[in-house]
Amino acid sequence: MSAAETAQDAAATRNGWWLSAPALFILAFAAVGPLLIVLVYSFLTPGEYGNVEWIFSLNAWRSILLTEDIFEPGKFTLADAHLTIFWRSVKLSTLTTLITFAVGFPTAWFIATRSPRSRTMWLFLITIPFWTNLLIRTFAISEVIRNEGLLNTLLLKAGIISAPINMIYTDFAVFIGMTYVYLPLMVLPLFAAIDRFDMKLLEASYDLYASRWQTLRRVILPIVRPGIVAGSILVFVPSLGAYVTPRVLGGGKKMMIGNFIELQFGQGRNWPLGASLSILLLIVVSAALVLYVRVSGRENRHG
Amino acid sequence: MANRGFDTAKLPGFTPTAIFVFVALYLPIFMLVFYSFNAGKAVGIWEGFSLQWYGKAWANDHVKDATLRSIVIASVAAVVSTIVATMAALGTTRRKEFKGQTFIYMMINQPLMVPEIVTAVALLIFFAWIKVATGYQGLGYLIVAHSAFCIPFAYLPIRARLEGMDLTLETAATDLYGSPWQVFRYLTFPLLLPGIIAGMMLAFVTSLDDVVITLFVKSAGQDTLPTYMLGQIRRSISTEIYAISTVLLGLTVALLTAFFLLTRKKE
Amino acid sequence: MSQAIAVEARNAVKAFGQGDAVVRALDDVSVEIRQGEFFTLLGPSGCGKTTLLRLIAGFEMPTSGTILLEGADITYLPPNKRPVNTVFQSYALFPHLTVAENVGFGLQMQGRPQAEVKETAARMLALVKLEQMANRKTSQLSGGQQQRVALARALAPKPKVLLLDEPLSALDLKLRKEMQIELKRLQTETGITFIFVTHDQEEALTMSDRIGVMSAGKLQQVGPPKDIYTRPVNRFVASFIGDTNFLQATVEADGLRLSSGELIEAPAGLAQGRKVTAIVRPEQVRLVNSAELGAVTATVQNMVYFGTDTHCYMTLADGTEVMARLQTTATGDADLTQGQNVALRFAPGSVQVLED
Repeated sequence: MSAAETAQDAAATRNGWWLSAPALFILAFAAVGPLLIVLVYSFLTPGEYGNVEWIFSLNAWRSILLTEDIFEPGKFTLADAHLTIFWRSVKLSTLTTLITFAVGFPTAWFIATRSPRSRTMWLFLITIPFWTNLLIRTFAISEVIRNEGLLNTLLLKAGIISAPINMIYTDFAVFIGMTYVYLPLMVLPLFAAIDRFDMKLLEASYDLYASRWQTLRRVILPIVRPGIVAGSILVFVPSLGAYVTPRVLGGGKKMMIGNFIELQFGQGRNWPLGASLSILLLIVVSAALVLYVRVSGRENRHG
Repeated sequence: MANRGFDTAKLPGFTPTAIFVFVALYLPIFMLVFYSFNAGKAVGIWEGFSLQWYGKAWANDHVKDATLRSIVIASVAAVVSTIVATMAALGTTRRKEFKGQTFIYMMINQPLMVPEIVTAVALLIFFAWIKVATGYQGLGYLIVAHSAFCIPFAYLPIRARLEGMDLTLETAATDLYGSPWQVFRYLTFPLLLPGIIAGMMLAFVTSLDDVVITLFVKSAGQDTLPTYMLGQIRRSISTEIYAISTVLLGLTVALLTAFFLLTRKKE
Repeated sequence: MSQAIAVEARNAVKAFGQGDAVVRALDDVSVEIRQGEFFTLLGPSGCGKTTLLRLIAGFEMPTSGTILLEGADITYLPPNKRPVNTVFQSYALFPHLTVAENVGFGLQMQGRPQAEVKETAARMLALVKLEQMANRKTSQLSGGQQQRVALARALAPKPKVLLLDEPLSALDLKLRKEMQIELKRLQTETGITFIFVTHDQEEALTMSDRIGVMSAGKLQQVGPPKDIYTRPVNRFVASFIGDTNFLQATVEADGLRLSSGELIEAPAGLAQGRKVTAIVRPEQVRLVNSAELGAVTATVQNMVYFGTDTHCYMTLADGTEVMARLQTTATGDADLTQGQNVALRFAPGSVQVLED
C-alpha cells in the first residue's frame, strides 16, 4: 500500500469516528455508561430509605439465591420466593418462545409464499402490531380476558358459562399476553429467512420422494435455521426482561424478574439487590446473544 | 383438485394457522377501537355510538398534559437522534471497514440488546446523582434518555438507504467539480432524505411508545401518555383509555403507512 | 433398445390463467417416449416444453389429458410418489447438506438402510467422477461440479425416467460440450430413459435418439435428429433447426418452377399446379458454371467468413434471398465480390417441399 493510500485510510477512519462521535456520546451518557454504575451498586449495602450506603458488600449477590435466617445470622436457606420468580420468568419466556415459533412459522411461511403484490400487504399487517404501543396491545389483551372483559361477557350472555372464567392475574394471562405482544418479533426474522429460501428446493425434495413432513423437517427447517435462532432470541430476550405485560396481566402477584427488579427500587428498598438482579439479567441476555452470533456466524461461513 | 396440481409450497395446517394468527392479532385491537365509540361503559355490551369517551379524555387535564409532554419529548428525541444517527451512518457506511467500526455498531445497537428494565434502573441511579448534584428536575432527563434509545431506530433505515446508494454518483459529482460539501448538499442529502424521514418517524414512534425507561426516569408530575395510561389501568379500567389508545393507534398506523411509502422499492 | 413405451402423454392440455387471459401452455400434446431412449424436447422459450416436463415430473397437473408411465396412469400422482427424477436448471442442490448427503437424499427419503444409501451415493459419485468431493458443501463446488452432483442425485434412486430441464444452460461453451458427451455416456451406461429439455438445437441434434420439436404449446414434429434436419414438416421446424432457404415455387410436370423463373428438380409425388414453399439447406447450395443445365442465376450481396466455411448471401432474379455455405478449401475460393452475378444449383435430392 502506498503512503498516499495509507493516509487516505487514516483520514477515512478519523472521519468515521468524528461523524459517529455525537451518537456515541449520547449513548455513553444515557445508555451504556450508567450500566457500569449498576455494576458498582450491586456490590454496596442498601440504604435504610432506599439508595445505598457506600460500604462494600457481597450480600446483594448472595441474596439472589440465599436468604439469611432472621433469628440465626449466618444460617442460609434457599430463597424460595426468588426462585419462584426466576422459574416463572424462565418458564414463561421459554413457553412464549416455543408458542410464538409454533404459530409464527406457519404465519411467516404463509406470507412468504403469497404473490409479491399481496405479500407486501400481509407483511404490513404484521408490522402494524409490531410498532403499535406495547402497552396498548397488552391493555387490549387484558380487556379481552379479564373477568368483566369481552370474552367472559360474551360467554355469559350466550349462556355458555354461568360465572366468569378467571384468567387475568395468572401465569396463563402473562403467557398469553407475552405471546400476543412478541409474536411479530418471531414472524419478521422468520419471514426474512424464508424469503431467502430457494423454493426450487421444495421441488427437488418432493422429486426425491420426500413427504411434506420430511420436506419440512429435512429441508426447510435446517435451511431457515438462522431465522429460527434470530426469532427465538428476539422473543426470548424481551420476554425474560418483560415488565409491562406481567405488571398489567399478572397484577403484581405473578411477578417476573423485571417486576422484581422494580420492586427493589420501590417498596423493597434494596437497590443493591435490584442492581445485582439487573446485572444477572444482562449476563443471561448477553449469553443468548453470543450464542446467536456464534450460530449465525457458522451459517455465514458456509453461505 | 384435478386441475390445481401439486402445490410444493403448501404445508399442512399452515394457512389456517396463519389466518388464525392474523385474526388473533387484530381482534383485540379492533375491539379496543370499536368499544371506544360505545355509549356505555362495559365491553361486550354495545349501547350505541357515542364520542363521549373522546370528549372526556379531551377534557381531562392530566391527559392533555401527558399528551403534550409525550409529543414534546418524542419530537425533540426524534430530531436529536436522527441528526446524530445520520452522521453516524455517513461515518460508518460506504467506506473501507476501519478499526473500531464494530465497536461503533455495537454501541449504536446496544439499546436493542440490553433489556429495557436494566437500562431503566441504570438511568434511575445515574440521574438521581445528577439531580442531587445540580438540583435540575426538568424534562431534560427524559429527552436525553429517549434520544439515546431512539438512535438505533433512526440509524437502521438511514444506513439501509446509504448502502443502497450508487457510489459512482458521488464520484461523478466530484468529477464535475463538486466540493465535498456541495456533493453532500446537492447529491447525497437529497438522495438520503427519504431514509432520514423514515428514521425520524421510527424514532418518534419508538419514543412515543416507551413505558419502562420513562417510568424510572421521570420526576413526579412528569407523566407521559403511556405512563399515565399504565397508572389508570392499575386503578379501575376507564373507557377513556380506549379513546386514547385508538388515537395513538391511528397515529402509529398513519406514520407507518408513510414510512412504507417512503422506503418502498421503486419498481 | 427395446421399443416398450416409458412415458406417454395423451391429449395433454395445460391452461394457465382465467377468463380471457387463459394461456394454453400445452395444447393437446400426445407423444410416446420409448424405454431407454434419449428423447429431447426442443423449442424456443415459452413453447411448452418445460410444462410438459413438469407434467411428467408431477409438479403440474394437466387441465385435461393423461400422463402414463409404463402404461400406468400417473396423471394425478404427487411427485414424491413417482419413480421419476429431475435434474433442475438451477440444480436446486440442498445447501445444508454435503455432496454425498445430497446424492443419498432420495434413497434416504425412501427409507433405504443407511449402508445402502452410503454405498449408492459413493457409487454415483464415482459415476460422475466426484469421489473426492463427497464431504464438501455444495457451495464449494464449481458450476460444472454442481451439475454433476445434481445428475448423481437424480440418478441415485434409479428412476424409470430421468428428466433434465435445460441442465446445461448455465455452463460456459467448453464445459457444455464436455457435459453433452458425459450425459450421453451416462445415459448409455445406466440405460435409463432420458427426457431432455433444451432450446439449443445443436445440443438436441448431437445427443438425442429422437427429438420432439415444440412451438406454441404444440408438438410440431417427432423423429430422429437426421429426419428432423433433412425433412422438416413445416416452416417452424425448418427455420428453428439450422439455417434454411425458403423458395416459393409452382409444381410443373418436369419440376418446380421457382418464383424467379428457373425450373429445378422436384421431389416425387406432388400434384401439378400446386403452389408450394420449397426449402433447401445452405450447405446444399453449390456455385456452378453458369452454362450448366438447371442452374439458377443469382447476385452476390455479401460474403461472411467463418473459418471452416464462408456464408455467401445472394438474391435471385425476383429478389428471393438465398444463402450458400461454401466450404473453405485449401486453395481458397474464387473471390466473389458484391454485385457479381453467379450461377447456383441445389444438390440432388436436397430440395424439400413443406407440407403446409
